[in-house]
Parts: sequence; structure tokens; C-alpha cells
Amino acid sequence: MDIKHFINFSELSISDLHTWKEEGGKVAGVYCIYAPIELIRAAGVAQVSLCGKKQAPIKEAERDLPASLCPLIKSSYGYALNGTCPFFTASDILIAETTCDGKKKMYELMGKLKPLHLMHLPHTQQGTAPFEYWMMSLRELEDFLFECSKVKVSAEGLHNQIVLQNKIRNELYQIAILAANEKSPLTARDMLAIQESKSFAVFPDKYLARLTALRTSLATFLKQPNLPASQSLRILMTGCPVGKGSEKTIRITEELGARVVCMENCSGLKGMTLPVDETGDPHEALARRYLKIPCSCMTPNQSRLESIEEMVSTFKVDAIMDMTWIGCHTYNAESTTLQRFVEKKLKIPFLHIETDYSESDTEQLRTRIEAFIELS
Amino acid sequence: MIVGLDIGSRSIELVGLVDGVTELTLRVPTTFDPISQCTKLLDGLRPASLVGTGYGRNLIQRLDLGCELSTITEIKAHALGAMHFFPQARTVLDIGGQDTKAISLAKGKVVKFEMNDRCAAGTGKFLEYTAGVFQISIENFGEYALKGQNPPEISSICTVFAETEATSLMARGEHPESIAMGLHKAIVKRTVNMLNRVSLNFPMVFSGGVANNPCVLKLLAEEINAVLGTDILVPQEPDMVGAMGAALHGNTNC
Repeated sequence: MDIKHFINFSELSISDLHTWKEEGGKVAGVYCIYAPIELIRAAGVAQVSLCGKKQAPIKEAERDLPASLCPLIKSSYGYALNGTCPFFTASDILIAETTCDGKKKMYELMGKLKPLHLMHLPHTQQGTAPFEYWMMSLRELEDFLFECSKVKVSAEGLHNQIVLQNKIRNELYQIAILAANEKSPLTARDMLAIQESKSFAVFPDKYLARLTALRTSLATFLKQPNLPASQSLRILMTGCPVGKGSEKTIRITEELGARVVCMENCSGLKGMTLPVDETGDPHEALARRYLKIPCSCMTPNQSRLESIEEMVSTFKVDAIMDMTWIGCHTYNAESTTLQRFVEKKLKIPFLHIETDYSESDTEQLRTRIEAFIELS
Repeated sequence: MIVGLDIGSRSIELVGLVDGVTELTLRVPTTFDPISQCTKLLDGLRPASLVGTGYGRNLIQRLDLGCELSTITEIKAHALGAMHFFPQARTVLDIGGQDTKAISLAKGKVVKFEMNDRCAAGTGKFLEYTAGVFQISIENFGEYALKGQNPPEISSICTVFAETEATSLMARGEHPESIAMGLHKAIVKRTVNMLNRVSLNFPMVFSGGVANNPCVLKLLAEEINAVLGTDILVPQEPDMVGAMGAALHGNTNC
């Protein structure tokens, strides 16, 4: 089973991006899973995720932004400023979202660097008015995309993208389930790379084929007799997004002998079990699906608890780690609700870790995670 | 002999057990060379097994002892140590030099814990630093603060901000003893929040160097409506609890 391709996926995708651009294709840089990939692709635009997972550019960002903002916002802005993110450089347009106050204000500054469209999200998933507001917001995005690519989104084109992205999401979820098998050789950091790859797929058909090949070879591998089975503690990680460069909690957990078998966060499996309805009006179906994403920017966010409950059972989880970034008010505050739910309803151990991208608390984290593993 | 070594940020404690009986308790400051300090502590000892705990627990791998080595976290060590001194313990509060831990126990096991993160606000370090501002030794700071009356509210538990706040209170003419008491109260408030998060049950064992501070003890008892000696239990040498827990872990392992 070859996962090398996925480990270096973002680097490899740069040549795909060049090909795409040489053929006259436009590129949208995005930050968040609320960016509706189906609509963006249907408008003839390729989408890539922009850098924002490393500590390095934070210093530069703090020239313009308060130090107390979360590291994700500062890192994203720092990368945009210093020109070291190749995906930012390759982007013709940026698609941003109002998932938090810090981001909104940062995007005002970032909008000076490149054409940026801010998608306005409602604060709740409930009621008709918020839904209509979100529908209109997506219409505005469509207009913005048209300005860039001059491609009109057709119902058929959108439908085709929906079908394709549903398949990709499903493959990723199936791979995650197989990877969590006690006999699977894949580590959480391998899974992190595989899950991250979805954000850099310039040619989605080719990408889907790669995912299917990986899923098939993983399934075949697991059918071999006498594979050693891991006895490690199985951890579900939730909270803020994690990527290459900000995965210290996962690294420490694995060094201490436990296994992160499932990442519920938005860099992981959040939304992977939410297909877009392929039958109705594609615009409406798309809006409904995206508004269902269980992000802490929504209130209430009951579906996050339900999704975690489901994953605890699917992935045979022993304990939950909620990892949030300092300054992320919504995820930090929601941790209390989640902790009560996990302890009362799921009755498994729960640990909240609040940290940032720096390595300065590595040893403190090691103690806390080690003690958590001791008691679990 | 089974040795438990608690390598903390401010001090290193050693407990030596022979057939489950304490033969030896030693303590040195950590300094910037904890390995040499550990070597000094272990000089002349030939332990059959050594269990490290505390922030520097993994340093024991670098001690050339030729005996069985293992480590446990300070959470587990304090739980084991506290239950050894007080088998009826339901909660452990440990305020050490660099961190504060609240541990909830049930059926002899840790069920939940809280710990401060990288910031040492509200720990022994906070008291040490602020005692310095008053030019009083850390050992006498608690007694000094007990003389305070109507302590002003110190809203910051950040060591640096708290000093600024204390300085402005002095400029306003508040009595230094009362300000000192206010600083103690700030620690206690933060500690109580942590205790409530793990759900506080009595009796609670209070360990770590800060358990020697009479002002923290008094204010804490008031804040959580507890009686010292029955609800709050302080071991004779509260800073030895971690090392004792580590030594006991070694004992059960053999």
C-alpha cells in the first residue's frame, strides 16, 4: 500500500496547479470547509487550501493583528503577507467566511492583498430566515465566481460536481474507518496527510481514483491473516483544525503509545458523513448540506455532539481529546458543553487541551496527555 | 530500596522505601542542572528500582544507576502518595512550584484531573515572586499575609499583572499585609475553580510546597466551607507526596 503520494500531496499538487493555470484555469484560495467546493468547481474554478498551520509567519502577522488572536488567523494572515504560501501566490481570488469575529476583521486586511469574497454565514442552523440568508450568500458567491471565470453555473454542472464530491467524501470516510482498524499500519499522522490532501485536489476525478485505489489496497491489506493487532488506547480528537505543522498534540499522543483513530475536526472528518442531496434543486441541496456542518460558530451546535456520539461508536473510541487553539472562543467555550455530554452520556474520559502552534508547552502537554492515558 | 524521585521545576524530592517503610526523605533545589542534583541525592544509594515523576521525570534515563527505571506522571504520583497518607482521600490538590493540579479520586483511582497550562500563574512561583516584591522570604510570606485585614480584590492571577496591581494598591495607601492577603486570595479563587471542575469531594488532601502556607490554607478552607484537619488534610511533609507516590508505584511493580 503506497501512501507516499498522499504524504507529499500538497507539494505534488503545485505542478497540477501550474498545468491548470497554463490551460487558463482560475484558482480560488480557501480557508474553511464552508467554502462550497461543488459551486466553485461548477463555476470552472479550482480550489486550494491556503497555508495557516505553522508558527513561522505569526510574528509578521502580529505587526497588524493583536497577539491575542488565535494562531490560525495569525498564521493565515502572516503567510498571505510574507508570500511564502505557494497556494496563496497561485490564487486568483480568495473565498473567506464569517466563522468568527477575528477572521472577519483579518479578512478586511487580507482583502487588500487579493480580490476576496466574504461569505456571510448565519449564526444558527435553525429557522427559515437563516437558511434563506445563506442561500442568498451562496448566490453572491456565485456572482463573484462568475466575475473571475466568466463561467455560468448550470444546474447540470452543479449536479455533476455534487455527485463527484459526495463520492470523494464517502471514500475519505471509508478510508478513515479502515485506517482506524486495530490491524491498520496507518498512523494518525498518515491520516492527517490523507485528510489534508482533499484540500489540494486540482483534478478531482484523478483524485477520486487515487482515493479508491488507496481504499481498495487498504482493505486488501487488512484481509491478510495473522496481522498484529494494536492494543493501544483509541482516541477521538475533536476541536480546532490541525495540519502539518500544528500536529504536536497528535505527535505527543502517539509518542505516548495511544492512537488517534478519528479526527472529528474540520481538517478531519467533520462533514464527511454529510452528503449533498442529489435529487432536488442542486442549489438548495448544496446550501442545506453546508449549513449542517457542525461548527462551533453555530448556536446551538447540537449536531456536533450527535456526530461525535456516532463516531465514538463507529471508530470504537475509548477516550476523547478536545484540542482547541488559544483565542478560539467558540470552540473553547463549547468544550464545557461537550465535556458534560461526553461524561454524562458517552461515559468515557475527556480531556480538553488549549494550546497554540508554538512548541513551548510540549512538556506540559506531555504530562497532561500521559496522565490522561494513565487514567483512561 | 525502592526510590521515588520527584523532579519538579523548583525542587527535587527523594523518598526511599524498604519493605514499604520510609527509610529516607531528601530534598534539594532543582537548579539549572537537575541531573547533577539527582546524582547528589542518590549518592551512596543502591536502589533496586527507581521511579521518576514530575516535570523532569524522563531525566532519570540519563542517570547511570544500573537499576530498574520507570516513570509515572505527577498526577498518578500525587494520587498514590495522597492515598497512602490518607486512604479516605477523594480529592487531591497539589500546588507546586510551577503548576497546580486538582485530582478527583474514586475507588483508589484517578477519575479526572485539571492542571494549569504553560503559564505558572497561581502556583508556588506566583507566591515566590510576589513575596520578593514585599522583600519577605517565601517561608514567612503566609504568616505575614495572615496579618492583613479586608484584603483588596486582586483581579489578576498573572504574576506580572498582579505585581502591577499590588503596586498601584500600595500607591493608594492599602496596608501591605492586606495586599499580600489579597494576592493569596487570588490564588485560592483560581484553585477553587479548578477543584470545582473536577468536582470537589471531601476529604481533600492538600500537597505540594504551598500547603505549608498558613494563609492559603485558611483562605481555602473559608472559600470551600471546609474544616482543616477533617475536610482538608495536609500530610506532615506535603512536598514529599509526589516522591512517595512514585516510590509506592515501584513497590507495587516489584
